[in-house]
Amino acid sequence: MTLPNTPGLGFKPEHFDQIQQRSGAVGFYEVHAENFMGAGGAPHMMLERLHDTHAISIHGVGLSIGGAGPLDTEHLRRLRVLIDRYQPESFSEHLAWSSHGAAWLNDLLPMPYTEQTLATICDHIDQTQEALGRRMLLENPATYVTFEDSSLAETEFLTQIARRTGCGLLLDVNNVFVSATNHRTDPRAYLADFPLDLVGEIHLAGHESEDLPDGPLLIDSHSRPVADPVWTLYAEVLARTGPLPSLIEWDNDIPSFDVLMEEAARADAILKEARNARAA
Amino acid sequence: MPAPLDPATDPHGAMEARFHAALWSPETPLGLAAANDNDRRFLVYRNNVQHGMCSAFAQRFPAVERLVGSDFFTAMARVFAAQHPPKTPVLIDWGGDFPSFLEGFPPVAKLPYLADVARLELARGRAYHAADTPVADPAALMAGDPSGLRLILAPSVIAYSSRFPAVTIWANNQPGATAAPLPKGPQYALIGRTPAFDVPVMPLGADQYAILTKLMIGTPLGEAAANTDPTPTLALLLQHGLITAIDGETQ
Repeated sequence: MTLPNTPGLGFKPEHFDQIQQRSGAVGFYEVHAENFMGAGGAPHMMLERLHDTHAISIHGVGLSIGGAGPLDTEHLRRLRVLIDRYQPESFSEHLAWSSHGAAWLNDLLPMPYTEQTLATICDHIDQTQEALGRRMLLENPATYVTFEDSSLAETEFLTQIARRTGCGLLLDVNNVFVSATNHRTDPRAYLADFPLDLVGEIHLAGHESEDLPDGPLLIDSHSRPVADPVWTLYAEVLARTGPLPSLIEWDNDIPSFDVLMEEAARADAILKEARNARAA
Repeated sequence: MPAPLDPATDPHGAMEARFHAALWSPETPLGLAAANDNDRRFLVYRNNVQHGMCSAFAQRFPAVERLVGSDFFTAMARVFAAQHPPKTPVLIDWGGDFPSFLEGFPPVAKLPYLADVARLELARGRAYHAADTPVADPAALMAGDPSGLRLILAPSVIAYSSRFPAVTIWANNQPGATAAPLPKGPQYALIGRTPAFDVPVMPLGADQYAILTKLMIGTPLGEAAANTDPTPTLALLLQHGLITAIDGETQ
């Protein structure tokens, strides 16, 4: 039970009717776990119908795996209920923190990469995989700051996490490009160091840009088409890995379903190239 | 508040606490490593957190937003979010104390009905996400004397009341609505989710509201409707599939 090596789309309820009419237009849909934690109603009806005909990825944005404090066991229980109900083909979360004390912050926030944070995050992932009874994927973040305390490269940090916990990785190629641009580093060097054999899914999204005195600041806005340099990096990754489940994320200023399908078609063309190169 | 963290023994927790405090203050936290522009870089997080919460809030309370205007609403939502941050990542559970916040927020003291409009919007949100239940066969209500029957209503059913004409104010502030004249005095409504997942707000008279509140606690039909014909309320409940089960037998 895994996601297919095809394009996928982030599920938007406003597209539900078109998705039904064009069943199978993409191989899978991804939903944010926290949007399906009410007791019933339209969200669950739609997710059930979606899962009748498509593979599903449940993508959490609320577990705060990168937080310094303990995980919210009540939230882990909610995730377990959701996963037991829908049996999704994949569950993923973020290398980020999003709550502090009792306050939930509704954003994916960064942490220093140190031996201390590595140990804490590995404990959190062990606890999560145990509570959910399955292997999860962890996504690399888009970041705007770095920390004086950091002693490990992000790729080393993620590699260590995956090695110690057995989790897989979700490679967000846009996040790689955004972070590398923001920190004036080389995205290809990052991808050269990334443990691509552990990647179970790819994310692609659009970003916005503004100018700082010493160069651009890219913002991971999920509000635009995927940028050309991100498509190029994606093709380079697939040339090394072969085809992988590849999600188009577009969460703000949501366009028509047709526009999302144009993005999916672009991913599909690159997936086909990677498949043909393997076959050759 | 958690105890202050010692950066020597818990640098992760100390950094997180500094970062968190800076999200709600103008100061950029210490310990960031970029050579330049850490203020602007950190601002992305501060904007994301504040904007994300305010826009989530505007989606929950669109009529309140319309009544006070978008800019004012955003400023007010920021104050609320700083004082009453969500306690869980399930944002549909956030905002239950927004009506009481509005009642005590001096800048909206001249809009005393605003809290009740917020209560109505909260009620609709709860109904939208309430548990799914079957729809009862209404035949039992039609055969014989139903006065001994108890109705089990759908979990989405809410009996709404306001000292103000908040139902009309809410309706007047729906997209494309033509403004109806405001009645004087209190208003009552039945709110519930239909099998098509709509959440209508159905105005009730005071006596029908009283019947609804009795039916909701399992009062037998005859007793709930001792003084008034319950047909209008029953018709709304039946029409919108809001009766889950009918207990007891007709006589």
